[in-house]
Amino acid sequence: MATGPRKQFSRRAWLTAASGTAASGLVMTRFDAVKATVQEVPAQSVDPTRVPGRFVSEVGRRAPGEQPRRLVRTLALSSSSRTPLQDLQGTITPSDLHFERHHAGVPDIVAEEHELLVHGMVERPMVFRMSDLRRYPQASRICFIECSGNGGGAYNRNRMPTAISPQQLDGLLSTSEWTGVMLSTILREVGVRPGASWILAEGRDAAVMARSVPLDKAMDDSMLAYGQNGEAIRPEQGYPVRLLLPGWEGNAQVKWLRRIEVSDRPTMTRDETSRYTDPLKDGTARQFSFVMDAKSIITFPSYPYVLPDRGWWEIEGLAWTGRGRITRVEVSTDGGRSWADAVLQPPILSKSTVRFRHLWNWDGRDTVILSRATDETGYVQPTVQQLWDARGEGTSYHHNHQRAWKVASDGSVTFGLGDLV
Amino acid sequence: MNRPVVGMLAAVLAACTPDAPATPAASDATGPGGEAVAAMPAGAPEQFGFGAHASEDRIARWDIDVKPDGEGLPPGSGSVEEGRRVYELSCMQCHGPTGTEGPNDRLVVAGDWEQWPPGRAFGAFWPYATTFFDYTRRAMPQLTPGTMSDDEVYAVVAYVLHLNGLLAADAVLDAESLAAIEMPARDRFVPDDRAGGPEIR
Ligand code: HEC
Repeated sequence: MATGPRKQFSRRAWLTAASGTAASGLVMTRFDAVKATVQEVPAQSVDPTRVPGRFVSEVGRRAPGEQPRRLVRTLALSSSSRTPLQDLQGTITPSDLHFERHHAGVPDIVAEEHELLVHGMVERPMVFRMSDLRRYPQASRICFIECSGNGGGAYNRNRMPTAISPQQLDGLLSTSEWTGVMLSTILREVGVRPGASWILAEGRDAAVMARSVPLDKAMDDSMLAYGQNGEAIRPEQGYPVRLLLPGWEGNAQVKWLRRIEVSDRPTMTRDETSRYTDPLKDGTARQFSFVMDAKSIITFPSYPYVLPDRGWWEIEGLAWTGRGRITRVEVSTDGGRSWADAVLQPPILSKSTVRFRHLWNWDGRDTVILSRATDETGYVQPTVQQLWDARGEGTSYHHNHQRAWKVASDGSVTFGLGDLV
Repeated sequence: MNRPVVGMLAAVLAACTPDAPATPAASDATGPGGEAVAAMPAGAPEQFGFGAHASEDRIARWDIDVKPDGEGLPPGSGSVEEGRRVYELSCMQCHGPTGTEGPNDRLVVAGDWEQWPPGRAFGAFWPYATTFFDYTRRAMPQLTPGTMSDDEVYAVVAYVLHLNGLLAADAVLDAESLAAIEMPARDRFVPDDRAGGPEIR
């Protein structure tokens, strides 16, 4: 049963899928399918009703059979690791599985000694320590962060992948509850001078990462976040404080924030000129393309799962938009010929991921399944052809086109966009 | 543009929520369902007074960014010839003998500049030469960032400009001449025109 593309996964896991659960004729839920295909399931050695359990502990841990992992690209200072979208439930990403993208590694910062300098076109240039920032009125919100390079692996017509998982393709996407002080609160404290229109945000990593952000966004819903999912923000996500720009591309949400300069123009840093700009087919390049447009991806069934049987399966996935709320997700189970509304799982939060589900009675034949999201502005997630037409095939970043999965009659699932273009 | 009164901010946000094409992301800072609450609590003081005044010296220590008009460029200068030495000592092992070989990012264009996009190498794609100074001074060399003198940074910028065919072999670069350089891709960069709604851009 295991052929070409699946070889890169654990051989034992595949044997489990092929000969274990499926062959024994047990009824499988999608979680069984999950485990059978990507994880080794430890055998149940004792009857838990006959032996006392473990004691309480200071820090919890995952069940031995539940070991989702980030996917590390390369061990380099400028690198990334991706969230295992296909292994997760709901919308919140466990903090230790939040994707990473660093340009010069993760700095070790002692929060008690960290300072944030706010200066430039302000009445009162100031330095804040973390204890100062924490004393201001606090706010929390749930939102996604996505790297604008996410999904670039499925844009080139001649290099459409097949053996690629949601994690490999779109794992530069995570969702957290963020807590901190609204940036508008701090800008009010320092007093923004008339004529100001941009800020420069700068990090305290070895890249001294810097991005220009329009003042309108800074005054709207931007946050200086020091909390993530109920605890201090993780070092990989910017400890002790990062800039949070809900709905905007990850790179601009500068981590390990040490300086904000209020200005009347952008700085034109390397990461808003050389990188994170979108060349267009008309010979221009789109700059400051901050907002992440509506997007969705089916996370089950997807590569590397195998559907062990025809019949009822619940298709599920994530949808999100940087322009507000997702209003609709449609699913096609016939290669895009017909579409049905998926169920959106509340809460449907602005600029956050929402989980969608669609009950599907698979007849066991080869098919291609897709999803497409619509947001509150009426924007419908485009086909890759629409993006090619609008931007050209040589563009990069912001690849939010529809994703597809090919389900073969043997139950194997592979990335299926190449079959549609 | 001065908006010290955040009590008013909520009203401003509400006013621009329905269909504000200029601000693509509709504001939801005060919306229901778990989003952040931006409004300052009633009775909040004009200023809280937390944090400390930042002196000129304090600001100068961290204020390292360079703007395209040259604001932020330090005194000093460097020649193409000096830059060659800096490059060979501190950059070449990662960016290649001529800036094209890697293993890390290509700094020099090879091939057809007229083709678009021309890759992302400095000479063909970057709109401003000041960005190279800003970035090198903050982030390079990758394993020892922040160790070069301003003169060395001027020099290596001059040398890489020269490798890209944009500066003569006997040139010397300082704040004024660096800010005056017009990069070939200068006018290619356009603001984001995506705005939600039905049109795919
Ligand atoms: C140890 C290896 C190393 C050394 C030495 C090094 N660099 Fe780099 N350089 C890199 C890496 C890696 C990147 C990409 C960083 C990233 O992904 O953010 C980079 C990126 C750059 C960029 C941005 C390129 C682009 O297209 O955006 C410039 C400019 C640059 N380096 C200049 C220099 C200069 C000048 C020197 C010498 C003073 C130097 N580098 C020394 C590794 C190095």
